[in-house]
Amino acid sequence: MTLSQFQVRFHGRGGQGVVTAAELLSVAAFYEGRYSQAFPTFGSERAGAPVAAFCRIADRQIRTRSPVSRPDAVVVGDATLLHSGDLFAGLGTDGYVLVNTSGGIDRPALDRRLAELQTERIAALPATELALRHLGRPVPNAVLLGGLAALCDVVSLASVQRAIAERFTGPLGAANQAAAAEAYAMVAHPAELSGASPD
Amino acid sequence: MTPGQPVRFFQVGSFAAGNRLLAPEMRTVQSDATRANSLTSGHRACQGCGEALGARYVLDTAMRATGGRLIAVNATGCLEVFTTPYPETSWRVPWLHSLFANAASVATGVAATLDAQGRNEVRVLAQAGDGGTVDIGFAALSGLFERNDDVLYVCYDNQAYMNTGVQRSGATPPAARTATTEALGPEPGNPFGQGKNLPLIAMAHNIPYVATATVAELHDLEAKVLKAMTMHGARYLHVLVPCPLGWGSAPAATIELARLAKESGLFAVFEAERGEVTASSSIRHQVPVEAYLRPQSRYRHLFDDTGAVLRPDIVGRLQALADANIARFDLLKSAS
Amino acid sequence: MLRQIEGSQAVARVVAACRPQVVCAYPITPQTHIVEAIGAMVKSGELPGCRFINVESEFSALSVAIGASATGARAYTATASQGLLFMMEALYNAAGLGLPIVMTLANRAVGAPINIWNDHSDAMAARDAGWIQLFAESNQEAADLHAQAFRLAEEVSLPVMVCMDGFVLTHAVERVDVVTREQIDAFLPPYEPRQVLDPSAPVTIGAMVGPEAFEEVRYLDHARHLDALGSIEAIAEEFAEVVGRPCGGLLSPYRTQDAELIVVALGSVLGTIHEVVDEARDRGARVGALGITTFRPFPLDAVRDALGGDARLLVVEKAFSSGFGGVLSTDIAMAVEGAPSRISTVVGGLGGRAITETSLRRVIDDALEGRLERLEFLDLDRGAVEAELARMAANRRSGPVAENMLRSLSASARRTGGGRP
Repeated sequence: MTLSQFQVRFHGRGGQGVVTAAELLSVAAFYEGRYSQAFPTFGSERAGAPVAAFCRIADRQIRTRSPVSRPDAVVVGDATLLHSGDLFAGLGTDGYVLVNTSGGIDRPALDRRLAELQTERIAALPATELALRHLGRPVPNAVLLGGLAALCDVVSLASVQRAIAERFTGPLGAANQAAAAEAYAMVAHPAELSGASPD
Repeated sequence: MTPGQPVRFFQVGSFAAGNRLLAPEMRTVQSDATRANSLTSGHRACQGCGEALGARYVLDTAMRATGGRLIAVNATGCLEVFTTPYPETSWRVPWLHSLFANAASVATGVAATLDAQGRNEVRVLAQAGDGGTVDIGFAALSGLFERNDDVLYVCYDNQAYMNTGVQRSGATPPAARTATTEALGPEPGNPFGQGKNLPLIAMAHNIPYVATATVAELHDLEAKVLKAMTMHGARYLHVLVPCPLGWGSAPAATIELARLAKESGLFAVFEAERGEVTASSSIRHQVPVEAYLRPQSRYRHLFDDTGAVLRPDIVGRLQALADANIARFDLLKSAS
Repeated sequence: MLRQIEGSQAVARVVAACRPQVVCAYPITPQTHIVEAIGAMVKSGELPGCRFINVESEFSALSVAIGASATGARAYTATASQGLLFMMEALYNAAGLGLPIVMTLANRAVGAPINIWNDHSDAMAARDAGWIQLFAESNQEAADLHAQAFRLAEEVSLPVMVCMDGFVLTHAVERVDVVTREQIDAFLPPYEPRQVLDPSAPVTIGAMVGPEAFEEVRYLDHARHLDALGSIEAIAEEFAEVVGRPCGGLLSPYRTQDAELIVVALGSVLGTIHEVVDEARDRGARVGALGITTFRPFPLDAVRDALGGDARLLVVEKAFSSGFGGVLSTDIAMAVEGAPSRISTVVGGLGGRAITETSLRRVIDDALEGRLERLEFLDLDRGAVEAELARMAANRRSGPVAENMLRSLSASARRTGGGRP
């Protein structure tokens, strides 16, 4: 796949690891020989505060430094953010959305832009549940990346796994890899996913 | 001399210990013709400057202790100004002046470098006045103490900002007149505050060694420098150095005033290790605080033209401070 | 070695490869990741022979570096914003003493109002402190400039400040070819101080200097800065030979040939500017850009050569002098002929506000059409400003400006139902 530029915006809360998720996505893309750039919006470091992070992936050097205003994909790390702020600003009709929720996503009620998205480009993923099950902690960053790899095919699961392994050593790394793999499977085969229908 | 009889080497009146009475190895560093002369002659201190004396005593002793392997760091202040009017310098040691407030931190950098380079035989001494120590340089000094960096920090305390024209510092004693605490109104001079006793604050950091001294007792001062240089880590030496300009005293009275400060109990001379007082210098011949205050024009407002006490209330409060020191440091115990 | 790495981590690795002997640290956002990483390398033994000192203030951080440098150590520290201002006295002192300390400045706004995000007001406040100031456009350049900074500082006996945009670069993860210790060893000789505290040869450093010689001492400082211009170019060339890619130098011109408009800027915004320049060129507009890599000493002659001809100049600045205008613009005006009518200043990106391609596109179009004022503020919310001015005119006790501004912004956000993501 050639890429002029693929831009991802992550929304989450401090402590969920969305900044790390953006960073790991950029590392995964780097492993695939692409140029990539990840950076957070930054506030004072407070657990629970809304945080956004960005990742750009391209086949040539990325020079722009401005925040991602026209994302190709939006990852929502915490469903409680869905009703606060304009999470999907700039998202085109061919965009992708991944939401961490154990329920479904009521697309039209949430945002008219979601209603216009192709069904297979929007996914709900119980990422916190997966993280708790695999890691024992509600830190869904690796899980979300596994899901994103399945959803939009911009990086392979193998590269995501490699980035996770480099970042997290020992049992934590293995658990994160397992969690990411399960998330990948859930998003790649949504039929097998009970109770998390995109609609 | 009968066995058990206490031997006291000092002269009646001045209490100064004479080197002539001592065996050569017990004599002071200053009496040694081969001393380093670290702060050599030709500098521009005022007549009777206590700080110039104190710095010379301290530096020469530290040079003796280290075999000449010493680096000195100096804060801005009188000592820096009167020793280095460009292009002349009175320093015969490697010497660095950076700023007013950072002598402690600069010394930390020197010590860290010596350690990194494995040149641990070279030792570091930082020196500053009371303003550079208890006021503007306080944070840096506390940092040095807390990290226990291998530096001997010496404060030459003349109890005000003399370099800028005698303004009050955190070390200025109550009732003293300075340019910013004029002898006016019902409470003339510096107000009675809570005091800022840097040696006690240093002790609260549990550093290896804290000592006070005056320029009146050369043996004592030199012994404390020598002892400090046998130790490593943060060490603090607080030396009382009278200032004829700021105190309004005769240049010839510098040593005598330093002695009276101690003998009145207003300045406690003691040593502490790891936060505990280990020794104090007894008062040999106690004097009331008036004897110390009267020769200094910074306290002139407490006396009338005949020298009689005009403000017994204030003198009484100063005496109470001296008495509290005497009790706290056990200064009237008999000399052993 | 090619890595996908956070800017701060890349800088930390390069600094470590330069084998500093004393590194001092005091926490201030956004430089913390750099010194944290170096501290970890010292602790793990990865950086032997280095003392890492946690001090109680930025003022002490630079003071420790001063003592270390004067004793012959290669010394390093990092700071930002208020931290730089808190060490201001020591900044002048380190430069005046001619001590080759290297410091990273993770550029951040100076308060009040307190703000942790990027602009260049901190670096501009230190413009006249006597330090060499280099500005990094990317994390590759930030990392490489640190290696060059040690070489440069020690060669000319002046302290060097490497400015990298806080968060935008320090916290950005991107591809960086991190120079190896072997490459550094081939490029950076051991530190040979011009002056050193040494008991075997005692010198007095920091003597008082009166009117009879002060001007001469200060002039020598200026002369060393002018000399540094040549050193900077030579060092950049040598560095390029060792690592096989160009980096650093005085200026970075981009498509300025035949340009009728040249956008001049410092730091990471140049990347976004290059994107917009390419777009403009694709549309047939003759636009170029000039990055000022070396801001102090200011390369007047090189800037004059780069901006020769009669192109309009658009200076984009992340700082300004209240009551006057652009800071960099003033320097540019010194360099070029016919300055006043050629130069427009656009102040933007203050306190972390993103300079977007959309906004840049607009000002470039305005500049090409000759519609720009001499001084403009990018994306300024005129309504909010006018409202506050009206409130101040109406009430003597109008209250704290910053708080009023936030209140009026949140009220208007409620009205429009929008919000910031």
